[in-house]
Amino acid sequence: MTPRDIERILRDEAGRALATLIRLVGDFDLAEDSLQDAFAAALERWPVSGHPSNPRAWLVNVGRNKAIDRIRRQANFRGKQAELTHELLLNVSQHDACNDGAALGDDMLRLIFTCCHPALAMDTQVALTLRTVCGLTAPEVARAFLVGEEAMAQRLLRAKQKIRLAGIPYEVPDRDTLAPRLRGVLAVIYLVFSEGYAATSGENLMRLDLAQEAIRLCRLLDSLMPGRGEIKGLLALMLLHDARRAGRATARGDVVLLEEQDRALWDRVQIAEGLLLVDEALRAPGGPHAYAVQAAIAALHARALNYAQTDWPQIAGLYEVLLRISPSPVIELNHAAAIAMVDGPARALALIDALEARGTLRGYELLFAVRADLLRRLGRHAAACDAYRSAIAATQLEPSRRFYARRLAELERRTD
Amino acid sequence: MQYLLMIYQNEAEYAKLDPAILQKNSEEYVAFTQSIVQSGNFKAGDRLRPIATATTVRVREGKTLTTDGPFAETREQLGGYYLIEAKDIDAALAIAARIPTARTGAIEVRPIWVYN
Repeated sequence: MTPRDIERILRDEAGRALATLIRLVGDFDLAEDSLQDAFAAALERWPVSGHPSNPRAWLVNVGRNKAIDRIRRQANFRGKQAELTHELLLNVSQHDACNDGAALGDDMLRLIFTCCHPALAMDTQVALTLRTVCGLTAPEVARAFLVGEEAMAQRLLRAKQKIRLAGIPYEVPDRDTLAPRLRGVLAVIYLVFSEGYAATSGENLMRLDLAQEAIRLCRLLDSLMPGRGEIKGLLALMLLHDARRAGRATARGDVVLLEEQDRALWDRVQIAEGLLLVDEALRAPGGPHAYAVQAAIAALHARALNYAQTDWPQIAGLYEVLLRISPSPVIELNHAAAIAMVDGPARALALIDALEARGTLRGYELLFAVRADLLRRLGRHAAACDAYRSAIAATQLEPSRRFYARRLAELERRTD
Repeated sequence: MQYLLMIYQNEAEYAKLDPAILQKNSEEYVAFTQSIVQSGNFKAGDRLRPIATATTVRVREGKTLTTDGPFAETREQLGGYYLIEAKDIDAALAIAARIPTARTGAIEVRPIWVYN
């Protein structure tokens, strides 16, 4: 087998093998170092012997032995025989743990819930999840969030220290706290996706890897915790948004608005999967979750033949449902944009004015962008130009800046 | 593990509260303390006198400098603490959330440094 084949297997198994190793050795850092040792051993042996029938069990067993070596070396180095009573050494004979499928699934959930523990800051939860659950390298995580490698390494180190020192448990939350904790996990996954779907800053509109990682993570969660509407809803939402990927930007990286997208470029297979999941999510017990309703909105866009024939009244209605179950000014903004398609731009502009007067979205790029578009459609070109200028000042993303500048130039030509 | 739960509250606002509310608050504290004594989590706990009674001491180059008032001027002040024994941070946070002042002030949860 080629090094590339091996690297693919290692990447696929990294998260799960690490999840089990952390439980067995009781320490994030020791588990990570030992898994790296096991990877090195795999790269050395597998090209000759072929990969083992169960690569994950192999990695866990080799990793655990490497961890024992590390503890013994440390104990010898310090001359402390007492450390040999480390729990790990006492459990050396327990080899069952690596082959039980259910236990392995639980380990993965333990890892996910630990990385997304609310005692860690949100950006730390995201970084730790990408590093340990998704198996990205620390420099990859740093690049994804435009943070320096040194700063990211420090952030990850501090997070692992806090897990150990503050007693963040390596456990799946019990029934009483599961729902709010799961919401936290889904928020992390959605944040990873959103950053991949429309980066907050930089040269490129989309960062494919992050969107793919988020979908992979949500699929994993759906398989580990089957039948939960909020997980299926989020997975559907991400699949349906991501299905439009090829139509959302030109080859040169310019933004293409939904109304101008070539719908033949949309990924129909992925849309079909998303539509199926939306139905499951909406039918799940406990009433529809906000993600399921957002996915239902995305489904209406995905089903529509074109922009004009989209079921705007139902989309506006779904935004109203969303405002009841999960109110937020951003949802109000989206609702107003849908109302513009149902009742016209003047009525939508009144909603935006009211929203703006409350001051909660002050300086928000999309507020300026929606306002600019409504004013443009109402023929109020001077005011639209001002709003586009505000949007240009507010955005940190180069393709968005180019789009607003293009609209502004069109309007300025007409006003002259 | 042991955790220190530090209770922060705005003293000025607390001083303005109605006596009936203060009475109820004090009863809630008695009930809460009893509950964590019974559950075996309680190690220690005290209420502190207001910051008007605080004195801060520093020693620099052998000289003791004493100043009137707390170490730092903040909007909310340390007003009391519990030292608890808890299985992990989740258990500690659940106990902290039941402290009556959690509803009006804030509880900072810190693990105790253990020397091996």
